[in-house]
Amino acid sequence: MKDNKHTGMTLIVKTVTRWTVLLIMLYGWYITFFGHLSPGGGFAGGVIVALSFIHIILAYGKDFVAEKISEHLAGILETTGGLMFLTLAILGLAAGIFFKDFLGQGKVFSLFSGGIILPANIAIMIKVGFGMLSAFLCLILFSYQDKK
Amino acid sequence: MIISLFIILPLATVFINSIIGRFVNKFSDVFVNIVNFILVVLSFISLYQLNTYYNKIFVYQVGGWAIPYGISIVMDHLTVFMLIVVNIVAFLVGLYSISYMERYTEKWGFYSLFELMLAGMNGVIISGDLFNIFVFLEIASIASYALVAFGTERDELEAAFKYIVLSSISTGLILLAIALTYGYTSTLNLADIAKTIQSSDNLLVKIIIFLFILGFGIKAAVVPLHWWLPDAHPSAPAPISAMLSGVLIKTLGVYLIIRVIFNVFPLYPKLLTIILFLGILSMLVGVILALYQWDYKRLLAYHSISQVGYMLLGIGLGTPLGILGGIFHLLNHSIFKSLLFLTSGALEYNFATRDLRNYFYVSKTMRNTTFSATVGSLSIAGVPPFNGFWSKLLIIIACIESKNIFAGLVAIVVSILTLASFLKVLKYGFYKENNELMEYKSKPEILNKSEVPFLMRFSMITLAFLCIILGVLLYPEIREVFLSKAVEIIYQGGLYKEFILK
Amino acid sequence: MKFYPMIPYILCLILFFVGLYGLIVKKNLLKIIISFIIMDNALNLFFIVLGYKKDASFPVFLKNRMSSSISMVDPVPQALVLTSIVIGLSVTILMVAVALRIYEKYRTFDITEIKNLKG
Repeated sequence: MKDNKHTGMTLIVKTVTRWTVLLIMLYGWYITFFGHLSPGGGFAGGVIVALSFIHIILAYGKDFVAEKISEHLAGILETTGGLMFLTLAILGLAAGIFFKDFLGQGKVFSLFSGGIILPANIAIMIKVGFGMLSAFLCLILFSYQDKK
Repeated sequence: MIISLFIILPLATVFINSIIGRFVNKFSDVFVNIVNFILVVLSFISLYQLNTYYNKIFVYQVGGWAIPYGISIVMDHLTVFMLIVVNIVAFLVGLYSISYMERYTEKWGFYSLFELMLAGMNGVIISGDLFNIFVFLEIASIASYALVAFGTERDELEAAFKYIVLSSISTGLILLAIALTYGYTSTLNLADIAKTIQSSDNLLVKIIIFLFILGFGIKAAVVPLHWWLPDAHPSAPAPISAMLSGVLIKTLGVYLIIRVIFNVFPLYPKLLTIILFLGILSMLVGVILALYQWDYKRLLAYHSISQVGYMLLGIGLGTPLGILGGIFHLLNHSIFKSLLFLTSGALEYNFATRDLRNYFYVSKTMRNTTFSATVGSLSIAGVPPFNGFWSKLLIIIACIESKNIFAGLVAIVVSILTLASFLKVLKYGFYKENNELMEYKSKPEILNKSEVPFLMRFSMITLAFLCIILGVLLYPEIREVFLSKAVEIIYQGGLYKEFILK
Repeated sequence: MKFYPMIPYILCLILFFVGLYGLIVKKNLLKIIISFIIMDNALNLFFIVLGYKKDASFPVFLKNRMSSSISMVDPVPQALVLTSIVIGLSVTILMVAVALRIYEKYRTFDITEIKNLKG
């Protein structure tokens, strides 16, 4: 592998990225976890989480991230998200009806309320985040092969 | 309860298969086919349940929400009919692909996309909610785009891009129609829409119906909008061609046209005349374009356009007999067209070409393939003991009964042209014994072609057997259980909303 | 029917037809993809505009606005549009992937030079 310092963008961009990327990801998690209380939800949160990964790829060059998360792994994690969502639906089926809300409503405006919306949001976040990441990885790895 | 499994099982298969199938080699072959078999069994069980326990229509509310709010899943005889057709074809095609797909890499990816397409089609069939139909339609379409491009060679990619562009125009028009419907009625439940829109005098309703027919017409490859099909269907791997031509254009096109114009929107006679006209046009143009083709799969694809015309003709007549002919032809066509595409795949498997002129000694070396291709060709041409004959006969009788002599004549002429075209296929592709062969005697590798693997033969022979016996569905007692009730749902369109909203 | 309240719908439809025009007429694969995106987003806008109510706010209950007297816009189109955006996104990604592969094989984005399939 080449030296990290010489791939990707300039030092300024790398430093700013290092400071902001965790905040961006945290914001994505916040949007996801409070999706049933405020505007937002699994899809928006997942896109933000994926954007934080894409941010790293843009700043540090594609080799840096592609070594840590291969498109294979991203695909598997994405599928896990889908499977989680389906499992929620099937658990509802076990409680009587497909997609039935088997968790109670809970106390309004507390974090753990709103039945299956919170776990569904998390599942969607995983699905969307890693789905977008794997699509992005596929596209950039593809153009990489093309140049050789 | 059972009805929701038609979505759950294929979707769960997609996810599980793409995790485990990546690492375990033969996992996806076994797992996917077991699931497909379960789906076939379940579709017959749901037919039994519908006839025994439920009164005509069974409605299942997802999540337990009441009707205008929740998504409803509807099981009536038309859905069960379509489920049986789709799942039988999918099961046999899945068995066929175990051997056929050996030449491609990433077989698990193929099976995941296959099951995704199946989930989309099952979802379109069973959902009773307009936007839900749109979502499942897009799931099935996106999976089919990827499957058309699966070979990733020049032709496949070009065909896939054409298919994506035209298909996204179609889904755009459908989405526009859904938006207008929602703006007009403030609901998305099919039965609720049917209750709200009582008359078709309004201009907006006419625009909505026009947009729906345009959108679903592109999916069904009705003639002025057909030109993506002869590129897309032959370019896919043969099992996928069989799925696309056999069931996808019918589920996303013909079935949804039937559902929308008969059950949801108020029916007016001019609309049926338009459908009738489109049907006649498709029949003629499809068969004429098919006549001079030498590429076996492209020829079959043009015949798909022509045969969809038969279904629309039967439905457009609007009489019970015509509708019976139309949907019976839908069933028959999905059997024999998938059979013919599978035989084309078998030939491609051995000869690595799709040109009919390059096949030699097929009838000597590949007896089972030749037998099934002969049965399929005679069925599609409408030769008496086979299933295609009965549905075409019904459609022609219905034409004459409703004083549409011209349509009946066109149906007969198209049937004769189809026979001519398939006699060409049989002569050049299968029973060719002329002097040209002498020069190939020196090349033993051409003469040593053997029959294709067992599972491929099994699928083809089963479909050929179905072609021979399916005429029995018209026997009065069997017809009462299966076909007549589906016709009743279509013909008495108002029943649908009455039974759901009761 | 007054003309003035129809203006947003008409603008959305014009945008839709701009996208449709580009999808049918343009010869460059990338321009076709961009036209598709325009068409898709025009439809999404159309859906959102359908749910609009005058002087209404966003359809979320918060701690300090729980009473049912607050007028809110119709939330159903927004949920539908979210789904529609996801679908549009996946179709776009697939289109881009296919276009990249086509570029690899044909070395061009011009569809007049990409015609193996005829007849």
